[in-house]
Amino acid sequence: MKRADLPPNPDPVLNQPITPELVKKHGLLPEEYDQVRLHLGREATLTELGIFSVMWSEHCSYKNTRPLLKGFPTEKKGATENFGRVLVKAGEENAGIIDIGDGWAIAFKIESHNHPSAIEPFEGAATGVGGIIRDIFTMGARPVLLTNSLRFGELDSPVTKRLLRGVVAGIAHYGNCVGVPTVAGDVYFDRSYEGNPLVNALCLGTLRHDQIRLGKATGLGNPVYYVGAATGRDGLGGAAFASKELSAESSSDRPAVQKGDPFMEKLLIEACLEMMAVPGLVVGIQDMGAAGLTCSTCETASRGGAGIEIELDRVPQREAGMNSYEIMLSESQERMLVIVRKGREREIEEVFAKWDLHAAHVGTVTDTGRMVVTQHGTVVADIPASALTDNAPVYQREARRPAYLDETSRWTPEAARLPDLDAQGAAQALPRLLSHPTIASKRWVYRQYDHMVQHGTVVLPGSDAGVVRLRLGTSEKFIAIKNDCNGRYCYLNPRRGAQIAMVECLRNLVCAGATPLAMTDNLNFGNPYKPENFYQLKECVAGLAETCRHFDVPVVGGNVSLYNESPEGAIDPTPTVSVVGFIEKEAHITRQFARQAGSRLVLLGGAPNELGGSQFLGLIHGKKTGDAPAVDFDAEKRLQDFILAEIRAGRVGAAHDLSEGGLLVAISEMLFGAVSLGAAIDLTGFAPQRLDALLFGESQGRVLLCVPAGDVPQILSSARAAGVPADGIGTVTPEATLSVLTARGPLGWSVSVLRTAWETSIESAMKRPGLG
Amino acid sequence: MTIAVLQFPGSNCDQDAFQLFASGLGLPTRFVWHKDRKLGDADMVVVPGGFSYGDYLRCGAIARFSPIMGAVREHAERGGLVLGICNGFQILCEAGMLPGALIRNNSLEYRCMTCDLAVEDAGRAFNTRTVGRRIRMPIGHGEGNYRIDDAGLERLQTNRQVILRYVDNPNGSLGSIAGIRNEEGNVFGMMPHPDRAFERFHPSRDGLRVARAVLSLRFPDILKESA
Repeated sequence: MKRADLPPNPDPVLNQPITPELVKKHGLLPEEYDQVRLHLGREATLTELGIFSVMWSEHCSYKNTRPLLKGFPTEKKGATENFGRVLVKAGEENAGIIDIGDGWAIAFKIESHNHPSAIEPFEGAATGVGGIIRDIFTMGARPVLLTNSLRFGELDSPVTKRLLRGVVAGIAHYGNCVGVPTVAGDVYFDRSYEGNPLVNALCLGTLRHDQIRLGKATGLGNPVYYVGAATGRDGLGGAAFASKELSAESSSDRPAVQKGDPFMEKLLIEACLEMMAVPGLVVGIQDMGAAGLTCSTCETASRGGAGIEIELDRVPQREAGMNSYEIMLSESQERMLVIVRKGREREIEEVFAKWDLHAAHVGTVTDTGRMVVTQHGTVVADIPASALTDNAPVYQREARRPAYLDETSRWTPEAARLPDLDAQGAAQALPRLLSHPTIASKRWVYRQYDHMVQHGTVVLPGSDAGVVRLRLGTSEKFIAIKNDCNGRYCYLNPRRGAQIAMVECLRNLVCAGATPLAMTDNLNFGNPYKPENFYQLKECVAGLAETCRHFDVPVVGGNVSLYNESPEGAIDPTPTVSVVGFIEKEAHITRQFARQAGSRLVLLGGAPNELGGSQFLGLIHGKKTGDAPAVDFDAEKRLQDFILAEIRAGRVGAAHDLSEGGLLVAISEMLFGAVSLGAAIDLTGFAPQRLDALLFGESQGRVLLCVPAGDVPQILSSARAAGVPADGIGTVTPEATLSVLTARGPLGWSVSVLRTAWETSIESAMKRPGLG
Repeated sequence: MTIAVLQFPGSNCDQDAFQLFASGLGLPTRFVWHKDRKLGDADMVVVPGGFSYGDYLRCGAIARFSPIMGAVREHAERGGLVLGICNGFQILCEAGMLPGALIRNNSLEYRCMTCDLAVEDAGRAFNTRTVGRRIRMPIGHGEGNYRIDDAGLERLQTNRQVILRYVDNPNGSLGSIAGIRNEEGNVFGMMPHPDRAFERFHPSRDGLRVARAVLSLRFPDILKESA
């Protein structure tokens, strides 16, 4: 249907005809613009073109990934009437919500801010935290914890140091001020992230079932409010910016990076939660994140099956003379769109006046299904809301297995004639591995985050998983949370790498005494138009989906970040997962540190002969090759069930998952707790195999338990009955030395030397001369 | 006995302080909004941690002008108890109710960690007998570096106004000072968080000893509960 053109925009600059160049500049394909015309029944105005460009960007539309994401399980099979039901599913709203019993629920989600952080690390990371917190409280939940997952190039480069310093300071600046503790996280350093760091932030909130609020505009005539900070010219087109590769010119995109105000966010949290507590006042609410006012209006309208009319003259503005394009595309932070019940305008205005915040009545819910925007009395955009959301384009991209996999997957140490370690080599390798920033203590990072505010943090950062006590009315519950993803494994075997990210995350939670509940994922990949990148994406998603199904861990939300490439190439595929686990009893909370001399160390999962993709191979031999370690879902399930059973039986003093660096790194880390201890280990019982693989291989499905000596026979026999390989490998000693007996002779280290290597590595790399 | 916990825009340890007294000590505790001008029947005022008004200017520099601060000052002048924790300590210094100032940590970084603290014999309420010689409490701040001029430091020492010192100075504070009291002995300020040291899973429960010691000035019997 042909429709009449809109009247001229009040700002003459916006009255240019839409040319192929303008379409291209907005990141839309010519055929996509043809669809825009079909939806509108006429040519678009420049304001409308801007609106389509952000809403149809990958960041908002998931146009290249939507078909893949459909493979994720979104419900928990083992849910009961009073536990584990997914109350709001992935993709339906700003964050998913899952039932944790007794009328309480948690909302959580992870989101990336990779591109802004590459250009302006402090503000990029800070606003990433701000954005994810809004996604949680917009659901009606009070934010109670944050985690983050960071990836950088190797720490020997000055650029990486600048990025790390900026990102950590930015997260600290925002999270500390809003008063939500950062209780866990993971940081990896690898060349593939040089120039394209990853900054993924997660927020989790708690709420009662009856407090759930949705981003829906309904009820003809209901008023639409704009609350929070005023709109400025910052962050123009950030969503579109996040959907292209970084280049040398990207730093001139700085206006696309937003500036955060955590104080404003804190006020907004309190004011919004206070407003939502007023019975029947709020009809719908959504934060203005990517694509700001545009996204929040068309998404709420589309979800509610309604239309929305807004008047830009009523939008609080930070500067004079902003035109409709700028106001609609601004990504100024700390703003929310709220739809309240007609006739109750005074109630919302009173709440926001108490907190000294803007609450501007900017529009009305209509029944036209259209998003209509006016400025100075002129209609400047008039678009069917569903065209911007449900009817955005969807593509099935071409996938091609990357050629490098032929070489790496066939690599074995034997075929490559890689010399095995002798005793001296092994003695030197351990401190080197412990001091590599990926393995080393992240204390330099987490001591900058307030990880204790809200006084509920039970297991502080630095153990296998963060554990938090949730205060729910007059009762309390305990949850554990953990992020995981080894990009190196995903590079070498995308499907299996993703499986490992999941099973390892689950294993970490189990080691903390938690039963895995649900997950959120952040898919960080390169440009999907390159078939090799799309292959990695497709395989990783399939790997995550099958693991989630096997372990009955539903996906309750997530984020996709593509175009993570710098001129040097794409990052290693990084499908970061965050899983929340539920702890039945406080007594089950388990840490990774040995606490008592005389305790025994039991290795679960055996000692397979694998070296592929290990940190050892990368650090000592300079190779990122081989196949990723094998994954066996059934063995993994048996292992995890066994550990939980032993923890509940009260026989486990400490539990620690074997991951990067393998067996010796894991043993060392268990000795780095508050008490100074050592260990005497005997590995001569294992079948003869390569020493490097035995000590530093990263075979999956393995956990070290620290148990009272008297319980060892019981544990070994239950393990046998459960079909879990278990070997007593040594004893915790009062002398702070680590001695290891191997088929190649004895090895020994001073624990304090190892601890210093591990504890001070990042700190000394980041030391600023002349400061205390 | 009633505890009043102030709430400024940007306070974020208000709930923590509330729970320290309400659930940790089981005392009647309530919030007082910064725009109020009256404290009501409060026996002790707690100025909690956080980032009042964002603390973009200087920590506590705006909060000291909040309407409620007049009542807090009058309460203190009448001999009422005041405890400032973290940002609360900064606010009390800005308001002139405690001497000295808190500036940026010498590392230029925020620090969240648990610190060993040496308790000073600082008079009737706060001393090694009421609190213990050594305690442990978490800190969480970017501006906890205590400064005061030489004459002021001299006065602090002479009057036994230093209540807590860091065993291992985390922020560059002069004399490793972690907490002080006013000359009269009824206004207390400290950077470490007793409100993060009272639950069974916290790094310690020494926050309860600190809170009881401060309260003991008016309610000596409260010390018996800890025995």
